[in-house]
Amino acid sequence: MELLQYGFMQRALAAGVVLAVAAPTVGVFLVLRRLSPIADTLAHVALAGVAAAVLLGVAPALGALILAVAGAAGVERLRASGRLFGEAALALFLSGGLAVALVLLSFARGVNADLLGYLFGTVTAVRPEELWWIAGLGLAVVGTVATFYKDLFAVTFDEEAARVQGVPADALNLLLTLLVAATVVVGMRVVGILLTSALLVVPALAALQLGRSFLATLGLAVAAGVVSVVIGLAASFYFDVAPSGAVVLTSIGLFAASAWASRWRR
Amino acid sequence: MEPVLAELEHVCVDFDGERVLDHVDLRVRKGDFVGVIGPNGAGKTTLLRVLLGLVRPSCGHVRLFGQDIRAFRDWHRVGYVPQKAVAFETRFPATVREVVLSGRAGRVRLGRRFGTRDHAAVEAALRTAGLWDVRDQLVGRLSVGQQQRVFVVRAIANEPDLLLLDEPTVGVDPEGEERFYELLRSLHRERGTTLLLVSHDVAAVAREVSQLVCLNRTLFFHGAPEEALHNGTLDRLYGARNLVVAHRH
Repeated sequence: MELLQYGFMQRALAAGVVLAVAAPTVGVFLVLRRLSPIADTLAHVALAGVAAAVLLGVAPALGALILAVAGAAGVERLRASGRLFGEAALALFLSGGLAVALVLLSFARGVNADLLGYLFGTVTAVRPEELWWIAGLGLAVVGTVATFYKDLFAVTFDEEAARVQGVPADALNLLLTLLVAATVVVGMRVVGILLTSALLVVPALAALQLGRSFLATLGLAVAAGVVSVVIGLAASFYFDVAPSGAVVLTSIGLFAASAWASRWRR
Repeated sequence: MEPVLAELEHVCVDFDGERVLDHVDLRVRKGDFVGVIGPNGAGKTTLLRVLLGLVRPSCGHVRLFGQDIRAFRDWHRVGYVPQKAVAFETRFPATVREVVLSGRAGRVRLGRRFGTRDHAAVEAALRTAGLWDVRDQLVGRLSVGQQQRVFVVRAIANEPDLLLLDEPTVGVDPEGEERFYELLRSLHRERGTTLLLVSHDVAAVAREVSQLVCLNRTLFFHGAPEEALHNGTLDRLYGARNLVVAHRH
């Protein structure tokens, strides 16, 4: 295939596949717990981390990860305390993150701050050395879900019953939010901050139409994510369209197809 | 005399300044089948949630298996069947086996996988409830009665000594209800599981249980169901307009 002859496309595919595996793995838990908006919120908080990193002259991904993790802990604490209405806490962090990013970036005039690149993703510009942290974060996310699978399932299906059994639901809720934070940092590089939540949510939604068990649903979600990334990047290469848009549109197409197949199957 | 598995001593619960439970004393002994009845807002579910450690009392003491609830750690000895028939998310893509297995999550250390013993316990529990044939079906596709039995099986897969059930037959059709109580009877008789059942269905509860508890913020009857039916307790609990016909199997 022609597109595989180019190093930048090989790296784009590698980074995209990492995200395509990690994001839906976390996304299925997130959707079923009705916490999907957290992904979008943490992506915007990560942008503030990018801005701070640009000002301080450190790696943007590191800044994004630190702020996203701190944001995850803050969101979870506010959510669990019940002091604010659920979505209001998320809106506070989302707009706050974006506002901090904009203010910090105004101080960074003259510094090469590619805001649009972080907002919309620049997967075809992934450098070879970046692939290491992308793969490392992706592996950490999938490995953590695999390790705590039974515990995450128990709190996702019935948090109260899990608590009664002695399953540490608060710690697992925080863990899930931290996994989202790590995933959005990978997603930021691949599809951009504005579309990261789509890769967490849309493949999971597609899989939920057809899954015949929880494990099968996870597998289908990952498959939908990988297919979206591969087809989307290929479309971007051959038709010269924005890769992030092509990837997310493909995943929405897969969701529509699975919704249709699910109705037809009934 | 059998040991006390669950005990409330002068327990009060207040929500937003309003007293929901007022100095309630209750002892559940090993082998009891206790039914808790009372009108809406009587504090039945709160009583159950206090015993599960989900609600902290504002006064009094709660003990499970002789231990203060704040120090109690053997939660696998307590099974809980929530009122799920109404609230259950039927689109959740989990099979019967996956749901029942999750009932043992607290028994296996965090981050460890289920072992052969867990799978064997799940199989035994599913067979006991006659649900083995539907083990690979999605829970959301079952009838409400079957779903509620799945939740009982999830609780008993953990092999608890004490099973607490909150309005378990809400939304279940009469046939499903009969199969449900059949399962509870077999658990009580054959496994010796101690049961505490909260319900608004006075007739069904009085028919099934060995001890009846009448609650309306305070506990004002605890004894044999026949006694409550004939000494005017139910009239005082619900008002004279309620006529309850109960008979034993």
